Amino acid sequence: IHFILLFSRQGKLRLQKWYTTLPDKEKKKIIREIVQIILSRSQRTSSFVDWKDLKLVYKRYASLYFCCAVEDQDNELLTLEVVHRYVELLDRYFGNVCELDIIFNFEKAYFILDEFIIGGEVQETSKKTAVKAIEDSDMLQETVEEYMNKPAF
Amino acid sequence: MPAPIRLRELIRTIRTARTQAEEREMIQKECAAIRSSFREEDNTYRCRNVAKLLYMHMLGYPAHFGQLECLKLIASQKFTDKRIGYLGAMLLLDERQDVHLLMTNCIKNDLNHSTQYVQGLALCTLGCMGSSEMCRDLAGEVEKLLKTSNSYLRKKAALCAVHVIRKVPELMEMFLPATKNLLNEKNHGVLHTSVVLLTEMCERSPDMLAHFRKVNNSFSQLVPQLVRILKNLIMSGYSPEHDVSGISDPFLQVRILRLLRILGRNDDDSSEAMNDILAQVATNTETSKNVGNAILYETVLTIMDIKSESGLRVLAINILGRFLLNNDKNIRYVALTSLLKTVQTDHNAVQRHRSTIVDCLKDLDVSIKRRAMELSFALVNGNNVRGMMKELLYFLDSCEPEFKADCASGIFLAAEKYAPSKRWHIDTIMRVLTTAGSYVRDDAVPNLIQLITNSVEMHAYTVQRLYKAILGDYSQQPLVQVASWCIGEYGDLLVSGQCEEEEPIQVTEDEVLDILESILISNMSASVTRGYALTAIMKLSTRFTCTVNRIKKVVSIYGSSIDVELQQRAVEYNALFKKYDHMRPALLERMPVMEKVTTNGPAEIVQTNGETETAVLETKPPPSGLQPANQANDLLDLLGESDITPVIPTAPTNKRASVGGELLDLLGDLNLTGSPVSVPAPQIAQPPFLLDGLTTQPLFNDIAAGIPSITAYNKNGLKIDFTFERSNTNPSVTVITIQASNSTELDMTDFVFQAAVPKTFQLQLLSPSSSVIPAFNSGTITQVIKVLNPQKQQLRMRIKLTYNHKGSAMQDLAEVNNFPPQSWQ
Repeated sequence: IHFILLFSRQGKLRLQKWYTTLPDKEKKKIIREIVQIILSRSQRTSSFVDWKDLKLVYKRYASLYFCCAVEDQDNELLTLEVVHRYVELLDRYFGNVCELDIIFNFEKAYFILDEFIIGGEVQETSKKTAVKAIEDSDMLQETVEEYMNKPAF
Repeated sequence: MPAPIRLRELIRTIRTARTQAEEREMIQKECAAIRSSFREEDNTYRCRNVAKLLYMHMLGYPAHFGQLECLKLIASQKFTDKRIGYLGAMLLLDERQDVHLLMTNCIKNDLNHSTQYVQGLALCTLGCMGSSEMCRDLAGEVEKLLKTSNSYLRKKAALCAVHVIRKVPELMEMFLPATKNLLNEKNHGVLHTSVVLLTEMCERSPDMLAHFRKVNNSFSQLVPQLVRILKNLIMSGYSPEHDVSGISDPFLQVRILRLLRILGRNDDDSSEAMNDILAQVATNTETSKNVGNAILYETVLTIMDIKSESGLRVLAINILGRFLLNNDKNIRYVALTSLLKTVQTDHNAVQRHRSTIVDCLKDLDVSIKRRAMELSFALVNGNNVRGMMKELLYFLDSCEPEFKADCASGIFLAAEKYAPSKRWHIDTIMRVLTTAGSYVRDDAVPNLIQLITNSVEMHAYTVQRLYKAILGDYSQQPLVQVASWCIGEYGDLLVSGQCEEEEPIQVTEDEVLDILESILISNMSASVTRGYALTAIMKLSTRFTCTVNRIKKVVSIYGSSIDVELQQRAVEYNALFKKYDHMRPALLERMPVMEKVTTNGPAEIVQTNGETETAVLETKPPPSGLQPANQANDLLDLLGESDITPVIPTAPTNKRASVGGELLDLLGDLNLTGSPVSVPAPQIAQPPFLLDGLTTQPLFNDIAAGIPSITAYNKNGLKIDFTFERSNTNPSVTVITIQASNSTELDMTDFVFQAAVPKTFQLQLLSPSSSVIPAFNSGTITQVIKVLNPQKQQLRMRIKLTYNHKGSAMQDLAEVNNFPPQSWQ
């Protein structure tokens, strides 16, 4: 996977994870372009778009679009499963996740993503294990907080 | 200074902004506060401030001043700080900033931290955005962690290693020992990431690949291991942890299949070891949900790529066929993509699904349509060409503009290769020109013209149909160009109503000129098209009988046209009328059959026999100044006999310092795309042999059809037949048409035919139709030889053939002695 984008139906970016190095300007341009392409696709088309030398795999969940850019030899159908798994993880962690959860807790969304995917590849295929790792890390955070008696951010 | 506001507060506040300007204002205010807070080196709230900065960064605002702060957070002892710090590093820093190298030491320390979650953070960050320098420095640490027994860390270390290898491929060797035991793990996370690591190594280095395939090394053989793991996954019962819609850990299954693909590619032993499991997966996987199909898809890709047995391949193609019928668009898309990849190798199997593929042309999804179109073109062959063309023409009618150009080109190509009859071919071309006329590529026009000249017997039919087509509507430029050219060439056939194929229409010369003139005047006509039209009008001056004055008038009007191209032509044509009227018939006479131009390249010239054009009216008498002297030497060397004169193939006559030279150039340059066209040359000397061409009769006389044809050469699958015609104007001339065919299973390319005759004869070799003889007798090369035999001696000939076949250059000499007496007596 080269990058993952989450954006709303109005085209507002909710999460961006890049697994390749690109200048900031370039990233912005790409985001604009891709958001436009995907938002203009009708309901009845497939979930795959050829874009430059990559394939865009996208799926809409409620008001959020999840978009992954994969290489030519990657399995598109499996990428759809990857996206779905990520949504399931979010759901499990937040409990009935909705877009607002991701807006207000974006850093947690990133943490969850980082427990699922590293360097563009899946690292953990068990839902239980991934979520447990996040929860344990959270515990760590609060423990430190407690001891230091400082407010969490 | 009051405590900086919390992150959630900020988010809430910003979301209340009603305009972009309001939002910007809030952000700027907060940024200022954050900046001053950073300046104060406040440790307590740094974490909070950086988090806010990251949020603002996501909204699109600059946040680079936070980069150093991220580093400070990473260096902090608090876990909360580290978490945000590393996140910030991944979002704000990348290898192009010099600052990032400062991270290296922190990461190194954290990789050895006592808490696994801190180690995890470090590994994750390194694995996502580590630069080559960082990777080089820290590879050792990663390798150490790869061997740990802690599966949480091991899996992360494996993916980190993948990233290191991608950044610094030379370090791959270093991770090799650690991979030994990776697959012995039970933990799926580790298994998955290990498979990814192995895949990366095998893909990058053929040495690694060979290493992993080997039987006798300390690693237990990789393929059986993978097969075993895969088998367990499929056979094992329900495991809630890894289950997805009834399938156990599909992610792992797919990755294993992919690794098997790489291992089995071009390797018989490995492929054999995996045949069974592939068959098992292919038949046992549930197809009702996307998950199952994802696995099947990967399985099919693997089967097609390795050296699988044919039964398995058929199974794979059938799976793809089933996919095509699936309601889910994604699955159809994936099926079409795979079929496109396999159509070359398993053509027959894919043919079976042709009707489904053709149905996909009517799908609504653009990507599916495109793939269906490409696949359809790949599947067209001699048997199904009529049916397929019908579908494709219908598709051309209704598809999006972005497809039309490709579709039109594809249709032309396919029609050329598989046309069952000339008439069908012309009809198809006409259909394309009228439906998608403006989308036809520019280089198609000269190709079409060349095609039309080749089908001699269809000229009347063609010109009639083209005339009818532009009568109603002359806006489609390529159509108008082709039509103008044809009317110019064959206008006489049009008015004389000679059409055999269909009802001839009654057209007067004036009507024809009317239409050509309206093309000239019309605003819709491009400059190129106007050029075609003017030249056509000029040519008609020799073909029409009653309207020459009208033509003269038109031509003189355009002598003052604003368009320079038109003006030049008109002026020169005027000159032709006034000063060189005696040459006009010769110059404007019917074009001979043109040399074939490769249809794919942009107006490339296929050089055969060292010629670039066919100048039938070559004026140079044989002994003097031969241009293709090298050609002659070739044969001389070869033949080495004194009683045989070398052949004189027709020579290029581009720039001639003869009278009216510039006229020649102009007349010859009909196609502005630059592909060469025959240049009829004015006659200076008149050797008897070449007078044949002067009249406006067609090249070949259909009289003297009674001469039997012979097979001149038949060896190694190459057969050359000679058919004969005698000229009724000159009894010493025999016209031989050679046809070369190829019965082997591979095409013969760069085919060159050369011939030599005894001294008393003269030989003229015209351009061949192409230089490729397709395999399985599916097509022929034709070439015309004219032999002058004034002394009526027995015809003998030596021929030399050179071509490329099965990757090697072939060459052969032969003597032809079996000419029937009627061909030379």
